[in-house]
Amino acid sequence: MSNFFSKAEVTSSGRPVLLHNEVECHLLSAVDLEPEDHRHFSLLKSGLLILTTHRLIWLPSSSASTPTSASAIPLAAISHIFSSKKSLKSVFHSPRIRFQVLVSSDGRVFDPSSGSGSSSGSGSRSVVVTAVIRGKGDCDGFLVKFWDSWRARAWETTKISSSGSGSASGSGAATGIGGGLYSSDGSVRMVGVAGILRKEQEMWESTDKSLQDAFQDLNALMSKAKEMVMLAEKMRQKLLSGTSSQTSGTNDEDMGSKEEMQDWLLSVGIISPVTKESAGALYHQQLSRQLADFVRIPLERAGGMINLIDAYCLFNRARGTELISPDDMLQACSLWEKFDVPVMLRKFDSGVMVIQNKSHSDEEVFARIKSLVTKPEALRTGISPTDAAMTLGIAPAMAKEHLLTAESKGLLCRDISPDGFRFYINLFPEIDPCNMYFVKDYGICSTWIKAVSTTGLGIGERSSTFR
Amino acid sequence: MQKLGDFKLPHFFNYPPYFTLQPVRETREKQIQLWKELILDYCRTQKIFIVRLEEEFPLFSNSVIERTLSHEAREAFLSALVAEGRAEWLDKGRRNCLILWHRIQEWADIIVNFVKDNGFEDSVMTVEEIRSGIESRGTELHGIDRTILMRALKLLEQKGKLAIFKGTSTDDEGVKFSV
Repeated sequence: MSNFFSKAEVTSSGRPVLLHNEVECHLLSAVDLEPEDHRHFSLLKSGLLILTTHRLIWLPSSSASTPTSASAIPLAAISHIFSSKKSLKSVFHSPRIRFQVLVSSDGRVFDPSSGSGSSSGSGSRSVVVTAVIRGKGDCDGFLVKFWDSWRARAWETTKISSSGSGSASGSGAATGIGGGLYSSDGSVRMVGVAGILRKEQEMWESTDKSLQDAFQDLNALMSKAKEMVMLAEKMRQKLLSGTSSQTSGTNDEDMGSKEEMQDWLLSVGIISPVTKESAGALYHQQLSRQLADFVRIPLERAGGMINLIDAYCLFNRARGTELISPDDMLQACSLWEKFDVPVMLRKFDSGVMVIQNKSHSDEEVFARIKSLVTKPEALRTGISPTDAAMTLGIAPAMAKEHLLTAESKGLLCRDISPDGFRFYINLFPEIDPCNMYFVKDYGICSTWIKAVSTTGLGIGERSSTFR
Repeated sequence: MQKLGDFKLPHFFNYPPYFTLQPVRETREKQIQLWKELILDYCRTQKIFIVRLEEEFPLFSNSVIERTLSHEAREAFLSALVAEGRAEWLDKGRRNCLILWHRIQEWADIIVNFVKDNGFEDSVMTVEEIRSGIESRGTELHGIDRTILMRALKLLEQKGKLAIFKGTSTDDEGVKFSV
């Protein structure tokens, strides 16, 4: 019996030789191909069915007898693909894919690539071929890909370029006519530079077009964005100019709408430009008052002074949602100057920022530090920030700031040693360089000498009053 | 009374902050003043003419309170002396400092008095004799640093009070007085 199907070229290792631009799409194993009329034509049993962009290729399994029975059906010859019928029968049977193939006069599959003359006069008859999938492959997926490839008609573009190149290269350039673009060892042969260039050109043109389409949308977006930015700028200008004309007196309506605009701008992320000139955006004003109220209790607990960062954390934690940014916090604190609130923001030389009660007085703290540092123990060994923190009832970091401030005021002196960073009462002011050995009665030096000498440290001249 | 050798130390020598360079300007100025006086006093009584920063200098450490002046502090105090004209750096690296607990002019005056006291007005002496001769014993000139002596002599030479002449070696450098 003769073969119903076209012959498919195969390499020495059994791989199909692909046409120019032909790409494999899917494959199923253990497939039988049954032409309708299997009286005259042989069944192809249990082979590998490969779907490509151009053909359906059937390869015999390795156990089959002849490697020459590799067959193919050009997709161009397929006139119809039947959709899969899900019936009760199909549950028990192996899945089947059925399609209709055009046949030529000899009853075999019509091969569009053979004979240029028959391209117009295609076979009039069609025969149904059934592919029985006995293997475990994805039948439905294969069917979908089958449809796609068949509809894509990839072989037509190849035809155009190959026929164009065929005429350009003249005689004897290609072995077959039209689509035969492969050589016997399986490699694809270039069929002429013009064809390739044409293909490249087409590809570029289509890419260009699709890019243009995409960018049309982007351009539209850009122009809208520009409009939006201009609008926001106009509003900003209006707000700014509005403030400068405030001397003439604004009526309530103006103020109201202006505040609305500010709020709206703020919600879009544009900081109100009026903040510095006027009392500031309403939002910050409210926040400032709320913060002043909130911070009262933590301040008391912390002994009258709290680190700004600590206050920020506490505040946000209390708010729960609608957290404020550090910037908002700073703004809110700086607004306190303008209101009558009992708290203030303070920046130390070291850069540390704290919130403290307005009633807090540095003098009071210094008095407490002085009394601490003139105790006998402190006279002997000085005090550390931790010692001060415990006595003053404040955080060690705050205590250190206080000690540094006291030092800068000349109340304390620092002592840096392997033991650490400690502070002593400042004795220097009392000492006279021209009379170094003299110690005043009842002065701080005298007190210090007494405190130190109890531990047995031999010290300089005693005062004139003998003890 | 705490002593360093036979030198009486002031009470604040045991005050730990004295050994830490103070950052606050007013406090620091006082501290520097006290150190300057102390250094000059100590060098004068102990006849120390050169202080080397990288070597042990008894005045810069206090073992009782376990404190030592940092290099930065030492340089600060000595530089203050230099600025006042009471000391000079001997090298660019500021590692060695010449202490002028008498200014050069003062030394010159001391030499003139020495010459007058001993009747050397027209005599000739070697430089070595001035610093270590029998006559110098008991005077401040005894054991004077050679560099300082030469500077004082040169100053007097400029004023025409003497003439320095070179011998066959440095030891033979001589002076002819014409006080």
